[in-house]
Amino acid sequence: MLSGSPQTGADLGKRLRARDLSAAPAALNLIESFAPSDREQARELLSAVSPAALGGEAAGHIVGVTGPPGAGKSTLLSALLHTWRDEGKSVAMLAVDPSSRRSGGSLLGDRARIDFDPADKGVLIRSTAAGDRLGGLAPATRTAAQALAAAFDIVVIETVGVGQAETEVADVADTVSVVVQPGSGDVLQFLKSGIMETPDVLVVTKADLGDLALQTRRDLSAALRSLGARETKVVAVCSLPPTCGIEELVDALEQHRLRANIAERRTCARRAGALLDFAAEHGERGLRALGGRREAEKLLATQDPSLDGQALVATLEEAARA
Amino acid sequence: MSADSVDPRLPEPDRPWMMRTYAGHSTARASNELYRRNLAKGQTGLSVAFDLPTQTGYDPDDELARGEVGKVGVPVSHRGDMEALMDGIPLGEMNTSMTINATAAWLLALYIVAAENQDPPTPQSQLQGTTQNDIVKEFLARGTYAFPPAPSMRLIADMIAYTVEHVPKWNPINICSYHLQEAGATPVQEIAYAMSNAIAVLDATRERLQAQSHDPGSGHQDDAASDRAQRLMGEVFGRISFFVNAGVRFVEEHAKLRAMSILWEQIGRERYGVTSERHLRFRYGVQVNSLGLTEGQPENNVQRIVLEALAVTLGRDARARAIQLPAWNEALGLPRPWDQQWSLRIQQVLAYETDILEYPDIFEGSKVMEGLVEELLSGAREEMAKVAEHGGAVQAVSYMKGALVDSHRERIRRIESGEQIVVGQNKFTETEESPLTADAEGGILVVDPAVEAQQIEAIGRWRSQRDQTAVDAALSELARVAASEDAGENLMVPTIAAARAGATTGEWAKTLREVFGSYRAPTGVGEAVAAPADEELTGLREQVAQLTQKLGRRPKILVGKPGLDGHSNGAEQIAVRARDAGMDVVYEGIRLTPAQIAASALQEGVHVIGLSILSGSHRELIPAVIEALRESGVDAPVVVGGIIPDQDVEPLEQAGVAAVYTPKDFDITRIVRDIVQLVGERSGAALPA
Repeated sequence: MLSGSPQTGADLGKRLRARDLSAAPAALNLIESFAPSDREQARELLSAVSPAALGGEAAGHIVGVTGPPGAGKSTLLSALLHTWRDEGKSVAMLAVDPSSRRSGGSLLGDRARIDFDPADKGVLIRSTAAGDRLGGLAPATRTAAQALAAAFDIVVIETVGVGQAETEVADVADTVSVVVQPGSGDVLQFLKSGIMETPDVLVVTKADLGDLALQTRRDLSAALRSLGARETKVVAVCSLPPTCGIEELVDALEQHRLRANIAERRTCARRAGALLDFAAEHGERGLRALGGRREAEKLLATQDPSLDGQALVATLEEAARA
Repeated sequence: MSADSVDPRLPEPDRPWMMRTYAGHSTARASNELYRRNLAKGQTGLSVAFDLPTQTGYDPDDELARGEVGKVGVPVSHRGDMEALMDGIPLGEMNTSMTINATAAWLLALYIVAAENQDPPTPQSQLQGTTQNDIVKEFLARGTYAFPPAPSMRLIADMIAYTVEHVPKWNPINICSYHLQEAGATPVQEIAYAMSNAIAVLDATRERLQAQSHDPGSGHQDDAASDRAQRLMGEVFGRISFFVNAGVRFVEEHAKLRAMSILWEQIGRERYGVTSERHLRFRYGVQVNSLGLTEGQPENNVQRIVLEALAVTLGRDARARAIQLPAWNEALGLPRPWDQQWSLRIQQVLAYETDILEYPDIFEGSKVMEGLVEELLSGAREEMAKVAEHGGAVQAVSYMKGALVDSHRERIRRIESGEQIVVGQNKFTETEESPLTADAEGGILVVDPAVEAQQIEAIGRWRSQRDQTAVDAALSELARVAASEDAGENLMVPTIAAARAGATTGEWAKTLREVFGSYRAPTGVGEAVAAPADEELTGLREQVAQLTQKLGRRPKILVGKPGLDGHSNGAEQIAVRARDAGMDVVYEGIRLTPAQIAASALQEGVHVIGLSILSGSHRELIPAVIEALRESGVDAPVVVGGIIPDQDVEPLEQAGVAAVYTPKDFDITRIVRDIVQLVGERSGAALPA
């Protein structure tokens, strides 16, 4: 809860657009809220950072980091954070809780593991709850990532899981990286069997485990070759001091950003997000009114690529009523 | 006595175990006076309690040391402090145990230098004692680590390799199962994790020993070096001792110790090829359980302590080598010298008045005991296999931590539901006013807040009076060896040189942090399974759901521990229960500055902040956190839990704390309900009670 004068969504949006990072916490409070008055403010906020208002896609790089529990994601993020900050890049991290949704509550212990300087205003770490589906992202996380990309140089979305989680992240992130630890066979199996989509970057942690890490790296590279995924880079890192491979990883992520068609990815992300939001709000009945999921996707594909998520939802709602 | 009957007694009664009191506070000089008085009362060894800045490698003038100087132990910042601490205590005759881990190498170095400078001097080869030096349990339970796991293990291995040759009567490491039980471990977990931990240490040491046992002068061949390493490995095995816990279920606890001694011997023979009976013996010291001590009717803790002491003394085959007992008032605050004397007298009555030392092992041939031991052994072997599957104790920290958080949650659940009876806490709670806590301070020790300022001034004086060039040279040599890839270079050598030159605890640790990097340990909370929802919790979830509707977001709480105190069990349990009640929980962990807490609260957009402190530094730290929050523009209410004496509650409330919880508030669901209510009130979304 923030004291002081209440800040309108439009103000916060303008501040984000001007790359005022201190607007981010209050902006996230609005984006996450489903109270009607907040929703109204959030809409104004999002309009202010939409591609239309920005004159193009938000400049920040949205990076998805996902992998099974215990793969070493939080230590890796800590090391990445320091490297990006040393390069002068501002970083926002959205850490998505993996814990049970039985109670509706969430618990993030990861923040405790990320070493950051509280005086450093160029860093924001926000723990967020997961969506209702296993490994799913909450709608607020998808929206928040694009909004924060207007202000921060890097926006990280961290999720836990493998097989489903990276698909979810792929809907939102410009670059998807999957983190595996040496000797873990699941990722390899998922990859080979096609349960898992091919990520843009594969990270093998705990490279200090030596032969095991090298073997894992070789196995993954071989699997990728057999799938014809020549673009995917495999990087081995050790995130605990003395670190290794972190700069190579930062470079691999950046290379992918330069190579990828960001505008297309973002447009896809917004369309996929809009469809999810619409389905969450109106259910199967709503989808049927649109003539089914395929028809809805077709309709979205005809829309102006720069339309933001809420405008796309409105389009769908209109079509459903018609 | 008939002719064929055998005398059931020992020919000679055994000598009593070593009796210690875990002590130290305020300053080296004040602690020295306390030690001398304790020795005069019949205590036979020393057990040094260091303050948290010393344990984690900070000088008294460091930002993180704020509020912690001289609180839970004595500050020792340089050789001058160690000399004052041991003044008039001949170190050649003393047996000193130090509860020191991350900075153990440094404190041993100061002890070695202090002994050299005593009149008459004692060479390091004559020193006797123990450094706790168990880092895995710091990652798991106690939180006073300083460096990442790999360099921490290297430091320990170097220290073992050094002492086994140069300080041969020293126990360089005390593998602690004590803190695992305090963190909620079951007896099986306690055995398994302690043994796995010992294996990790021994493996690391074997590697360093092989590298360091080439005798450079003699040009020995590799075979000779490897024989020498094998011989030293036997010595190393024989020098590893354990520091265990004993709870009030004292029959099972005794069985646990017998099981540990069987496992230990087996590990020695099978894994390390140790053959000497002397080296294979399981040696342990003990501090009995503090977790089970209660704040309500605290006099009952005396009975608990006596019974727990029986667990480690009754059976001769698994009797403790050294014992220190907690004081009856530990759940209330820091014990005074009188409280500690009471605990020493318990040991003396047991050793000198009862007949336990007159018999051989009284459980030999007992079917019950053998059955219990067998059960524990098979459980422990199974659990050790799981740790091994994770790649050993160091790699399995996250797994073990999650398992401990779960066990502790289960223990609390049993107490809350009344399945497990705690006299005076969840049953038989009617009580008369206790005369023991009737004095102005509430029956505890209060450290003079002026101590911190004095120590800050004193360390400034120390730095200005030493040979700075020599210190700089010693520290840069330390940095060089720390960064060296050559496993043949032992870190103890430059550490002792830096101690001699007059470097400080903070400087030594900072030099190593710069080379090794910093580290934050796994928290275990994310992996904790959800509690089965009882009626209470279901009702609470309903309230949280209503509040969520009113707030527009789920109520979100930040849970963390300001200061250097690493005892995170309480904070972890609150975090897990708040999650199970449906809140969004950000668990921020230990060792936080007020600025970190404020930054996190702001970034996370939380509705309420829960802080836990057990070290007695709440008077300084809590108001500092509240100020930092206000400066950041966060007006979320703050609740505090921990060992907070009654008389401190009001000042905290005046400083802006919304509620204070102490060990007598054992019902965690109730605490979480209060917090939910509080968020409702503060956000103008008050809920029906």
